[in-house]
Amino acid sequence: MRTYAELPGLMTVMTGDEKHGPSATSTLDVLWVLYDQVLRVSPDRLDDPGRDRFLLSKGHGPAAYYAVLAAKGFIPESWLAGFGSAGSRLGYHPDRNLVPGVEIASGSLGHGLPLGVGLAHGLLARGLVTSRVFVLVGDAELDEGSNSEAIVYAGAVGLSNLLVIAVDNQSSSYGWGAGGIEAHFAVSGWSAARVSGRDHAALASALSASGSGPRLVVAAVEGKSVEGKS
Amino acid sequence: MNDMRTVFAATASSLLDEDPLAAVVLAEISADLFAKAAARHPERVLNVGIREQLMVSVGGGLALAGLRPIVHTYAPFLVERAFEQVKLDLAHQGARAVLVSIGASYDAASSGRTHQAPEDVALVDTVPGFSVVVPGHPDEVPELLRSAVGALDSRSTYVRLSSEANRSALPVWPGLQVVRSGREAVVVAVGPMLSPVLDAVGDLDVTVAYTTSVRPFDGEGLRALGLSSVVLVEPYLAGTSAFVVSSALAGRAHRLLSLGVGRSELRRYGTPAYHAALHGLDATGIRRSVTDFLDAPVV
Repeated sequence: MRTYAELPGLMTVMTGDEKHGPSATSTLDVLWVLYDQVLRVSPDRLDDPGRDRFLLSKGHGPAAYYAVLAAKGFIPESWLAGFGSAGSRLGYHPDRNLVPGVEIASGSLGHGLPLGVGLAHGLLARGLVTSRVFVLVGDAELDEGSNSEAIVYAGAVGLSNLLVIAVDNQSSSYGWGAGGIEAHFAVSGWSAARVSGRDHAALASALSASGSGPRLVVAAVEGKSVEGKS
Repeated sequence: MNDMRTVFAATASSLLDEDPLAAVVLAEISADLFAKAAARHPERVLNVGIREQLMVSVGGGLALAGLRPIVHTYAPFLVERAFEQVKLDLAHQGARAVLVSIGASYDAASSGRTHQAPEDVALVDTVPGFSVVVPGHPDEVPELLRSAVGALDSRSTYVRLSSEANRSALPVWPGLQVVRSGREAVVVAVGPMLSPVLDAVGDLDVTVAYTTSVRPFDGEGLRALGLSSVVLVEPYLAGTSAFVVSSALAGRAHRLLSLGVGRSELRRYGTPAYHAALHGLDATGIRRSVTDFLDAPVV
């Protein structure tokens, strides 16, 4: 198994870039902490109904995601070099039908959280009460109105097996006001925390906390220019 | 007689009792009809409020969890408002669901354009992996719904219910059923178009074939009839199935008349019967179109 320190090297295999700017790595620490310490998933239980589900809703810039999946043995490292090429399973947006361990196909923004609501309901309906659904969104992705439908509803019905990680690099053109993203979730009944998106111990602690109702963890990272709608 | 919506809700409620993986997702519409089922199966009858994007996505998420979701609301809100969710959160994920609409074409004539979606079948037809069934009578709904849920291991289905119905039900059959035989042409009546078609062609020497299954379409059955003049009568956007009929008859000299709901916005209220007449889909209009077609010289 690879270590965190080896992830940039795996990303270089994909992108050819020797150095990775903040935008390429905004999700890297969150993804590493999730797969290294939080998620109850592994390459040998891809079809285990009782596994946790991680949904990368913000499907843009998936090099960090693929690097973590390779580092944890979900995909062969030999796949990384072909990133985005005709014969590759690794596209610029991930496809669950092509990549082992990828739970949703994403790219168009605002689909992961609503899908996660259905998945969380479905796991409960099947009696899989220890499985959790983690959804990673970007702060600008929350512009999409479909998220608002899901946030209000999930809070109202109290989906305790649902956790959203909002990677906040302040890329939403209009922002979320003085209370930040967490205020918009909290008003709908979510518990919310804000931690540094680079602090592994704080991330692990926030992502492992449990309680009643759905939970939001805002992972704050360095700001960047607007991404997403390219 | 119960209407299609009532029969659908009763059948879906039975499926919830019988199948521990069946689920129903609603966006307020018809929630009253599922109140008893929701009390029995609160984890599998989900009303998400007036949130149609979420409704379809929740259907996709349920399917990813291994359930067999039935997703139901009014046609324009199910298919048009949440179309990207149908495309991505069902088809692109490889997640399957049964989508059941009410409010077909001009069922809600008096409500106006906002509650009308005669384009629904054409839109769903662009999504890979979807079958489309159009019951013509409430008594045909239970078997069509059960078949659609039973087929979820291999495909999704769009079930298009209507307040319009034929005078009597026919046995449910996946292909074309010949209702009467003639020599000059075959008139294919889809779902609730059968009664008006039969009224229209009473004394004409034409075959009438009925179908509730428009995707897949029974092209083999159409070819087997051996008739080179085809009239397609669909209760939604005219020409929706024209390319399917053309494909079925490719390589064989034929001519095709496609009848259905027109493309222009009428800005008229009134009744479904009034709108049927405006679109030429009442018996009088169908007869006029079919006789013109048969009388037209073959160039």
